[in-house]
Amino acid sequence: METCKLEKRGKLFILTLTGEDEHRLNPTRIDAIRSALNQIRSGSSSLSGSVLITTAHGKFFSNGYDLAWAGSSPEKIRLMSSKLRELVVDLISFPMPTVAAITGHACAAGMIFALCHDYIVMRKDRGFLYMSEMDIGLKIPAWFMAVMSCKIGDARVQRDVVLRARKLTAKQAVESGIIDVALDSAEETVKGAVELGENLAKKGWKGQVYSENRKELYRKVIDKLGVDETTDDVENVAIATSKM
Amino acid sequence: MCSLEKRGNLFILTLTGQSVEHRLNPHLITSIIAALSQAKAQSSRGSALVTVSHGKFFCNGIDLDWVNAVARSNQEAQQHFDHLYHSLKRLVLAFISLPMPTVAAVNGHVAAAGVVLALCHDYVIMRRDRGVLYMSELDKGIGIPEVFMALFRAKISGSTRRDILLRGLKIKGEEALKMGIAEAVHDGEEGVTDAGTEMGDELAKRKWDGEVYVEIRKGLYPELCGMLGMTSNVTATPKL
Repeated sequence: METCKLEKRGKLFILTLTGEDEHRLNPTRIDAIRSALNQIRSGSSSLSGSVLITTAHGKFFSNGYDLAWAGSSPEKIRLMSSKLRELVVDLISFPMPTVAAITGHACAAGMIFALCHDYIVMRKDRGFLYMSEMDIGLKIPAWFMAVMSCKIGDARVQRDVVLRARKLTAKQAVESGIIDVALDSAEETVKGAVELGENLAKKGWKGQVYSENRKELYRKVIDKLGVDETTDDVENVAIATSKM
Repeated sequence: MCSLEKRGNLFILTLTGQSVEHRLNPHLITSIIAALSQAKAQSSRGSALVTVSHGKFFCNGIDLDWVNAVARSNQEAQQHFDHLYHSLKRLVLAFISLPMPTVAAVNGHVAAAGVVLALCHDYVIMRRDRGVLYMSELDKGIGIPEVFMALFRAKISGSTRRDILLRGLKIKGEEALKMGIAEAVHDGEEGVTDAGTEMGDELAKRKWDGEVYVEIRKGLYPELCGMLGMTSNVTATPKL
């Protein structure tokens, strides 16, 4: 079953999470995304001046880990965490600017996935950014915190996102400095992302240099990716099923 | 020195005592820590705590009179000061490890170690018509201990932090709201206290698991918690 599709539009690579489901981050979907990223990296054309845009169909950008699939198996949860962390390494070292065009809800691990892009454009008529862990009763791993600390500058906003499980609309996310632009609809959001992508592509940046600079910028995240203390400890983890 | 009341799921910690300025000395600190232990022991899913005070001051800093009164020499004064500092560290630890959301309803002036006390809470509400928030250390020529700096780094960002610590600003409620230090401002002591308890009730209604709350809070403030010697537990309790 296809979980994502990759298309090339000039210098832009557009990765779309297909289907009207919640685009939960299970091993199958993560593998498909990584495979698409791999395809881009190993493509024959020069990557300088290229841009990646990640978007999704339907009501959800991504609703987080596939907790239903994992059930009560700590091994499955650990597998999802380690695969997501590998995906994050891919994104942070990706040899071109990355734009997330958020056309639906991005929650928990789904929000982290979105935040791992360089730019975020989001629709303002629908959808939330939401770290649901506090509401579900799950501890947030240190590596998630590192992503948020890098991408959400303000201490009070971080506090609201993490300790208050605040649901942010695109407008609120722009005001809080988390995302770049809020646009009217799904179509406008993708259009806006493409426009931003084209402007970034025009710079003709060398992919390798971009990758190295981004890795240093987000060194704090990279340093934390080796461990997920919430999933590595088998005995103490009880898996919650989604509240959505 | 302080009193603890339980109103439904909300714990109300009131700074009392004869001192109008509610200055922090070992007695008051011990009393607050004991009250927090009590709240922790009686807590359940969906608990919250609000700290209130009455009069012109929320807390005007450490009790220097106590330090000087009991000391018979400069050396002894330094020892008492150090003892007070360690007590304050334990107070910060007690708040940061409290397994429930916390709100400081700042009814009046709050200065130096009093600001530290306010910032120990997850949320700060201030009074609009009266009172200033003031880190007086720079003006008084006193340094700020490392663990309090870590608290500032954890809770306050960028140029706001610089303005509070390096500019000796006396910040009124409205300013504090704009600077992102306070969540809300209200008029009158009753206004602030009511807003504080209302916010506490709202947070309590979320029915968060206290153990998970404190673990996430620790994850949010790793530098501060590391300095306070807090270790992490992995907890995940499903909300069934």
